[in-house]
Formats: sequence, structure tokens, C-alpha cells
Amino acid sequence: MSSNLIDLLFIFMLACFIGFEVIRRVSPLLHTPLMSLTNALDAIAVVGAIVMAGEHKTTFATILGTIAIAAATSNIVGGFLITDRMLKMFKSSRPTKP
Amino acid sequence: MNELVSSQYVIEAIYLIASALFILSLKWMSSPTTARHGVWAGELGMLLAVAGTLLHHGIVDYTWVIVGLVLGTGIGIPLGFVQMTAVPQRTALSHAFGALCVTLVGTAEYYLQTPNVPRFTMAVLSAEVILGGLTFTGSLMAAGKLQEILPQRPITYKGQNVVNLGILGLAVGLAVYLVLHPGATHLFPLMVGIAVLFGVLLIIPIGGADMPTVISLLNSYAGLSAAAMGFVLNNKLLIIAGALDGSSGLILSVIMSKAMNRSFTNVLFGGFGQDQTIAGKQEAKPVRTATAEEAAAILSAANKVVIVPGYGMAVAQAQHKVRELYDSLTKRGVDVRFAIHPVAGRMPGHMNVLLAEADIPYDRLMDMEDINSDFPQTDVALVIGANDVTNPAARNDTASPIYGMPILDVDKARTVMVIKRGMSPGFAGIDNPLYYLDHTLMLFGDAKGFVGNIVRELTGGGH
Repeated sequence: MSSNLIDLLFIFMLACFIGFEVIRRVSPLLHTPLMSLTNALDAIAVVGAIVMAGEHKTTFATILGTIAIAAATSNIVGGFLITDRMLKMFKSSRPTKP
Repeated sequence: MNELVSSQYVIEAIYLIASALFILSLKWMSSPTTARHGVWAGELGMLLAVAGTLLHHGIVDYTWVIVGLVLGTGIGIPLGFVQMTAVPQRTALSHAFGALCVTLVGTAEYYLQTPNVPRFTMAVLSAEVILGGLTFTGSLMAAGKLQEILPQRPITYKGQNVVNLGILGLAVGLAVYLVLHPGATHLFPLMVGIAVLFGVLLIIPIGGADMPTVISLLNSYAGLSAAAMGFVLNNKLLIIAGALDGSSGLILSVIMSKAMNRSFTNVLFGGFGQDQTIAGKQEAKPVRTATAEEAAAILSAANKVVIVPGYGMAVAQAQHKVRELYDSLTKRGVDVRFAIHPVAGRMPGHMNVLLAEADIPYDRLMDMEDINSDFPQTDVALVIGANDVTNPAARNDTASPIYGMPILDVDKARTVMVIKRGMSPGFAGIDNPLYYLDHTLMLFGDAKGFVGNIVRELTGGGH
């Protein structure tokens, strides 16, 4: 248990550093789509909610799990949709392909 | 038994791939040319992760899972098609949804495990629901202010900071008690309730101009609460996604607060609106004005024009008229670029999205650092709906409340034109000396209408 906890902390620490290094390189041009994309990715919390609702251990847990799935799914669907819509609009004045 | 173990391995392997895809997704966001690949990588990772989770052996009943997925899709689709001007409030709303999910799962998990919750689990569980709870209501408040359902002006009262910190301290105190006595089930809802209340109180004193920082900060909290949930559920994919989101939000908040020369604590506990009195001592100083015809003549005679858009342009929905202006000037051989201040608009990068929507090529949109050295060689700087980010007082008036804030040096251009409704001061209530300079022309009118008039003069100049 305790070694597992340490493993998780290592993963968290490394992911934070990767996050900082990757995000630092994102052009300010794309900060709005960046935020909507990370929002959609963050909705991966849906996996916890799916297990919570699907295990059906108590009615209370199932109800909360179902609402949680709906909330996270709306972020996944809406987040990816709007990010792609925004990115489609960014065009260069230099024609790249015919 | 063997089957159970192997399905667990399959799920872990899928999560591993999904984690890699998430990192790639953010990596590809670094440039507009690869950014859409980033979305696809994210979508693929998400699809794999959700499909993999459905294999989980503990799931006995799919009914409610499907109900939740269908319901969420139904809410998500309209949220994916909001207008670009409404993106800040949509983003705040989705922070609220993300935090709601995390808080609900955390709450359910607590009641499943109580009273035998290991100390570490209880500690991260408390972090999860406190961060989740305050992000939920805080983001709803932010969305309400951005949608103008709630008053945008900061609401402040005496002792506000003491009250807020006291309430947060109470929630943390309850969390510590629960770590020591996880069986105290009656205290858990109290802790969540206090976090939810704190979220409301935290956003009440924050004004519209501070929204870019606040949205970024809430983004960071939403990520951290998801990472905490990963610790509770022993889910590495969640920890990674939460850490990525948390660091992304943190970086954006640092950029935003630097662009306003303010610290986090100052944004959250300072309250710009408290200095409103300054606006009162304003005296009527002379300004030079110009008509659309004169402005068009000056613009068409220029070689280099820099347009400085601000939130006022978005409010007036003037971006499409601005694009027409860009087109007609470019056709005449004028070099037109756009100077974007990091905090222009209501969220990070908001102006870029609005201008991209109006089909202005992104290589014409310049960051503050890249464009500032070019202003002395610029013939005309045209300010549309921006105010405080062009205020030279930030550079040279130590008494100004925005002193030290990095600004766009528009006053260094040969001619400055400012489209403005009237002489009222900007959101922060600070007078702008730019308007009284000898080489500044004030173009009074609605941004959309005035830009439209200039375009008409430029194109229809023949008749």
C-alpha cells in the first residue's frame, strides 16, 4: 500500500513537470482552445464515475455516479467539439496547400 | 479468477496508451498547424479510456452508465456549438461540470468506504471534495458574471478577506479532523457545504477585468481535484490528466497575473474595484477628434497600421467589420497587423479566437512582446475597444493603480486613433492620458458602426 502510494506521487510529480514543459510551448494564440482541450481531457474523471454507477453498490452511489457521468460526458463532447471548431478557424495568410 | 486479472491488465494497458495520447495531444497544441491533430489524439485517448473502463469486472449494471452517457452527450452537443463571444462563460461552466463530477464521485466514495477510510485516502478525498466543491460554485459564479446574469462589478465589504479565509480555514480544519476520525460521517457534508459556500464568496469580489486570471485559476483547481480523485481511486490515468490540466491552468494564471502586474493573492483578495474614487476627479481636458472620412484618409495614406482590439470590440460584435477594414487596407498595400495584449478579452487567448473567427490570418496576430518594439515605426495605431492595456500611465505614473502593468506602447506610434463610445474611463475606472496626447485622434462612436463607416469611405471613396 505505502509503496503504491509513493509510486502514485512519483507519477503525479512527473506528470506535473511534463505538463509545465509541454504547456509552456503553447503559443498564446491558442490559449483559449488549449483551455477547452485540457477541460475535455480532464473529464477523464468519467472513468471513476462509470465504475461508481456501474458497480451498483448502493443506490446513493449509483445516483451520484450517474449525475457525475452526465457532467463529465458533457465536458468531453462539448469540449472536443468546440476546440475543433475553434482550431478550424485559425488560418494562415500564406497558402500552404492548393 | 485468471480472467479477472487479465482484464485488469488490459485496462491498465489501455490507460497507458491513453496517457501517452493525452500528452501528445497537448504537445501538438504548440502550433496552429498541428493543433487539430492534438484534438484527434485527445479524442482517441478518451474513446479508448472509456471503452476500456466499460470492461471493468466490477460493473454489474450498465443501465445507469448509459443513461449518464446519453444525458451528458445531450448537454454537451449544444455546449460545443455556442458562439465564440460566449466561449469564456462556456469554459467557466465546463469547469463547474468537471468539478461537480469529481465532488460527487468523491462523496459517493467516502460513504462507500466509511468508517474504515485509510488516513492518506481520507486526506486526498478531502482535498478532492474541497477543491471540487469550491471550483463548482466558483465557476458557476464566474459563468454567471460573464453571462451578465450576475453583476459584473466587484462586490466588496469590510472584513471580506478575514471572513473568506476563516471559512476556508474551517473547511481545512474539518478535513484534518476527518483524517483523524474518518467515521465522523455527520461532518463530511458540512465540509463539502463549506467548500461550496467558499466558492461563491471567493468570486463575489472579483470584477470582469480579472476574469482571465480567475478562469485560469479555476481551471487549475479543477485539474488538481481530478488528480486527487486519481489518488483516491488508485487510477494513474486520472492522476496524469489531472496533473496536466492543473499545470496548464497554473501556467495560464501566472501569465495572466504577470500581464496585469498583480499577484494571485492580489487578484483574489485585492479587488480592483475598490479604487473607484479616482474616476471622480476627472477634469475636462481637450481632446482632438476626427470623423470617419478623416480617419479613412489617414489610414489609406499609411504604410504600417497596427490594430489594437480589446473586449469592447467583442461586446460591439465589431470583429467582422474589422476584418473588412483589414481587407480594404491590405488591398491598398497597407501592412496591417493586430496587437494582442495577454489579458485582452475575458479569458486567455479570447481575442485571437474572435479574430480567427472573422477570418483574419493568425500570422497577422502579434503578441505584446513581439509588437511593442514596432510601434515607433508604425504610422497608425488604431485602438478598438481597448483601454487599460494601452494606458501609458502604467509606464510612467507611479501613482496610478495600474502602474507597472505591461502595456502595448501605442502612444509611440506616429498617429493614434481610438474608437470609443465616449470619454468614460475603462473597467478599472482609471483615466487614460493616451486620449489627451497631441497625436491622438478620438473617434467617438459605436465600434461596429464607426469601423463600418471607415470601410465605406475606403471602398466607396470614388463616388
